[in-house]
Amino acid sequence: MQPTTEETQQHAAHGAHHEELGFWRKYIFSTDHKVIGIQYGLTGLLFLFFGFCLMMLMRWQIAYPGKPMPVVGEFLQKLLGDEMVNKGVMLPDLYNAFGAMHGTIMVFLAIVPVAFAAFGNFVVPLQIGAPDMAFPRVNMASYQAYFLGGVVMFFSFFIPGGAAKSGWTSYSPLATLADMGHHPNGQTFWILGMVLLITSSLLGAVNFIATIIQLRAKGMTWMRLPFFVWAQFVTAFLLLLAFPPLEAAAILQLMDNVAGTSFFLPTGLAAPGTTTPLPISGGGSPLLWQHLFWFLGHPEVYVLILPAMGIVCEIIANNTRKPIWGYKSLVYSVLCIGFLSFIVWAHHMYLTGMGTKIATFFQTTTMIISIPSVIILTCFFISLWGGSIRFTVPMLFALAFLPMFGIGGLTGLPLGFNFTDLHLHDTYYVIAHFHYVVAPGTIFGLFAGIYYWYPKATGRLMNEFWGKVHFWTSLIFMNLIFQPMFAQGMAGLGRRMYDGGVTYAGADDPAAGLVGVPQWVFGMNRHISWAAWCLGLAQIPFIINFFLSMKKGKKVTSDNPWGATTLEWQTPTPPPHGNFDKPIEVHRGPYEYSVPGHDGDFTPQTEPDKR
Amino acid sequence: MDIPYVVQPREDTGLFNAKVGIWLFLASEVMLFGALFSSYILLRVGSMNWLYGEAKDLNVWLGTANTAVLITSSITMVMAWASLKLNEFGKFKAYMGATILLGLVFMVIKAFEYNAKFHHGHFPASHTFYAIYFTLTGLHALHVLGGMVVNSFYWGPGSKMWKTDPVRFTNRVEIGGLF
Ligand code: HEM
Ligand SMILES: [Cu+2]
Repeated sequence: MQPTTEETQQHAAHGAHHEELGFWRKYIFSTDHKVIGIQYGLTGLLFLFFGFCLMMLMRWQIAYPGKPMPVVGEFLQKLLGDEMVNKGVMLPDLYNAFGAMHGTIMVFLAIVPVAFAAFGNFVVPLQIGAPDMAFPRVNMASYQAYFLGGVVMFFSFFIPGGAAKSGWTSYSPLATLADMGHHPNGQTFWILGMVLLITSSLLGAVNFIATIIQLRAKGMTWMRLPFFVWAQFVTAFLLLLAFPPLEAAAILQLMDNVAGTSFFLPTGLAAPGTTTPLPISGGGSPLLWQHLFWFLGHPEVYVLILPAMGIVCEIIANNTRKPIWGYKSLVYSVLCIGFLSFIVWAHHMYLTGMGTKIATFFQTTTMIISIPSVIILTCFFISLWGGSIRFTVPMLFALAFLPMFGIGGLTGLPLGFNFTDLHLHDTYYVIAHFHYVVAPGTIFGLFAGIYYWYPKATGRLMNEFWGKVHFWTSLIFMNLIFQPMFAQGMAGLGRRMYDGGVTYAGADDPAAGLVGVPQWVFGMNRHISWAAWCLGLAQIPFIINFFLSMKKGKKVTSDNPWGATTLEWQTPTPPPHGNFDKPIEVHRGPYEYSVPGHDGDFTPQTEPDKR
Repeated sequence: MDIPYVVQPREDTGLFNAKVGIWLFLASEVMLFGALFSSYILLRVGSMNWLYGEAKDLNVWLGTANTAVLITSSITMVMAWASLKLNEFGKFKAYMGATILLGLVFMVIKAFEYNAKFHHGHFPASHTFYAIYFTLTGLHALHVLGGMVVNSFYWGPGSKMWKTDPVRFTNRVEIGGLF
C-alpha cells in the first residue's frame, strides 16, 4: 500500500530520530552521497599533499644533484633501504619511483577523486534536487575500491625494489624490464592498484550518469541544469568509455609481467644492460601500449579540467551577480569537447614516427578541440563584463583560474603541431604546459570550490583573511615554479632527469655543432625548487584554516550565505540524509541573477513565476 | 528517505534506474572488449609468425559444444525472467537452476580445454596466439563465474524478495540477465 504524502513527510521528520546510525555506518560505511563526497575529498586532499611531498623531495635532487637530502635524508634511508637512499642522497631508482608515483598519485588518486568524485558526490545530487545518488551502495563500493587502490599504491613504496619506476605512462617494454629482479615488483602493484582505481571510476561514472538522467527534480529540464552538472555529466562519460581500454592494457601488461607473455615485447628484445635477447616469444608491439594508454590519457586530461570549469562557472555567476554569458554555448562546447577528446590521442605520439597523413589527422582534430575550450573561457571572461564583482576568496581563485588555464591551454598549441612538438616533446616545456592546466588551473578551481561549498557542508565560513593569504602566496609561487620551466624546456632541458640535466651540460661542443644545456638552466632549477618549497609553506594557512574553521569559523546566518540561485542552497545546513525537507520544483534556469523586475539580486530556481 | 524510480520507470525516460545503470555498464564493457579485440587484430596482422589452422592445436568440437552451451544458457536466462513476468515462480526456479548448471558445464568443458593445452605444452608465454587465447578466455571465464554467483544468489537467498517486492525482483533478474 502506498503511504500518503502526509505520512511520508511525517516519517521524514521523525526519520532523524529513528535512524540513529552508529559511527561506523554514519561516517565509514556510509551510503549518503554527502558523506561519501567528503570521504573522497579528505582522502584525495591527503594524496594531493603526499604527491606534492614526493615532488618537494625530487626538487632537492634536481636543484642540488647528489647532495644529501636535509632533515629527512637519513629517515628515508631507514624507511626505504640502502638501495633507494645512500648517505642521505636520493638514488636514481628512488627518483624514478617518486616521479612515476607523483604523476600517478596526482592524476588518479588526488585530482580525479577530488574534482570528480568529491565535488560531484556532494554537489550534483543537491543541484539537481535529488535525495541521493541513484545507487547509494554502488557509491560506497566505488569509494572503497578507490581507497583500496590507494592503499595498494602507497604500500608499493615499501616492497623490495620499491614502487613503479616507469613514469605515470608506464610505457612497455620499460615497465616490464625496469625491475625484473623482484617479483612481484612495483609495476605489478601499480597495475593492481590501477585496476582497483579503474573499477572505482567505472562504478562512479555509471552512478553519476544514471543519477543525472533519472533523478532530476520536477521541472529540472536539461537546459536548466547548472553548468557544473553538465561538466560532471560529460566527465562521467569520458571515464566510462575511456578507462576500459586502459584496463584492457593493464591486464595485458600484467600478463607480460607475471605470465611471461609478449603482448608489448618485440622480438629480439635484450635484457637490460646486455645484448642477449630475452627468452620470450616476442612479436608484441610497444606502440600498442601507447595507443591504449593515450586513448585513456587524453580524455583523462579533460576529466581533470572539466569539473574545475564547472566549479568556476558557478562561482563566477554567483559573484558577478549576473547571468553567465552564453549558457547554451557552454553546454554545447562541453559536449563537443567530450566527443572530440576521443580522437586526438595520438598527438602524444608524434615522435613515434607515425606517417605524415596520420599526424595531420591528429594535428587537425587537436586544433579543432581547442575551439570549444576557447569558447568556454571566452564565455567566462565576457561574464565578468559589467558585473559588480564581489572579491570573495572563492571568487579570487575562480578569477585566477581563467588566465592560468589560458596559459596552459595556449602553450598546448605548439605541442599539438607535429613540427613544433618534435622539438618540445619530453622537455620541461611539456611539464610547464600541463601543470599550468592542472596545478594553478584545476587546483585553483578546487580551492575555489572548497571555500565556496564549505559553509554548506559545515555551517561555518572559512576565515577570509587567511584565505586571501593562501590565495596570493599560492598564485605567486605557482607562477614562479612553472613559468621558468617553459624557458628551460625550450633551451632543451629534458623531463625525467635524475640530475636536473647536468649530464647534458657537458655535451657542449661548438666545434662539433653540439649544444648542451646552458648553465642558466641550472640556476633556474634552484629557483624553481625554492619556489616549490615556499608553495608548500603557503598551504599551511589553508590546512589550519580548513580544520580550525570547522569548530571556530563564523557561523552562517542563513542556508544561502552567498545569495545563490541553485538548488543546493535550498537545503538545511548541513543537509540531512535525504537532503531536502520540502518537495522541490524547479521553475527557471540556473543563473537568474539581477533579473529586472524581481526583488533582490537573485531568483532561486525554485521560485515560481509571479502571476 | 526513498530514492525515486528504483522500481517504476520514470515517465520521460521510460526506464528504471538500474536499467540505465546496466546499459551504461555494458557500454563500458564494449570499450573493454573492443580494446582487447583491437589488440588481438593489431598483434595478428603485425605478426610475422602467426599460428594458423592445425598449428593452433584447438579442439573445434569442444569449442563448438561450449558455444552451444553458452547460447542455451542465454535462452534459459531469458526464460527465467519471462517466467517471473508471467508470475510462475516455480518455472523461474527451474530455468534459473538450468542457467547456473549450464554455466557450470561451460566451465568444466573450458577446464578440459585448458588442460589439453597445458599437456601439449602450450602456455601463455609460448606464443602471442596462446597469450591472447588464454587472456581472453580467462577474462570471459571470470565473467561467467561472476554471473553464476549472482544468479545463484537470485536462485537461492535472493529469491525471498519475490514475496516482498516482486516487481523489483523481476527487474533484478533482468539486470543480471543483461550482464
Ligand atoms: C603544485 C605542485 C606540483 C609541482 C611543483 C609539480 C612538479 C612536477 C615536476 C617538476 C615534474 C617533472 C619531474 C620529472 O620530469 O622528473 C612533474 C611531473 C608530473 N606531474 Fe607534477 N607537480 C605538481 C602538481 C601536479 C599535479 C596537481 C598533477 C596532476 C594532475 C601533476 C601531474 C604530473 C605528471 C603526470 C607528471 C609526469 C610524471 C612522469 O614523468 O611520468 N603534478 N611534476
Ligand atoms: Cu592529449
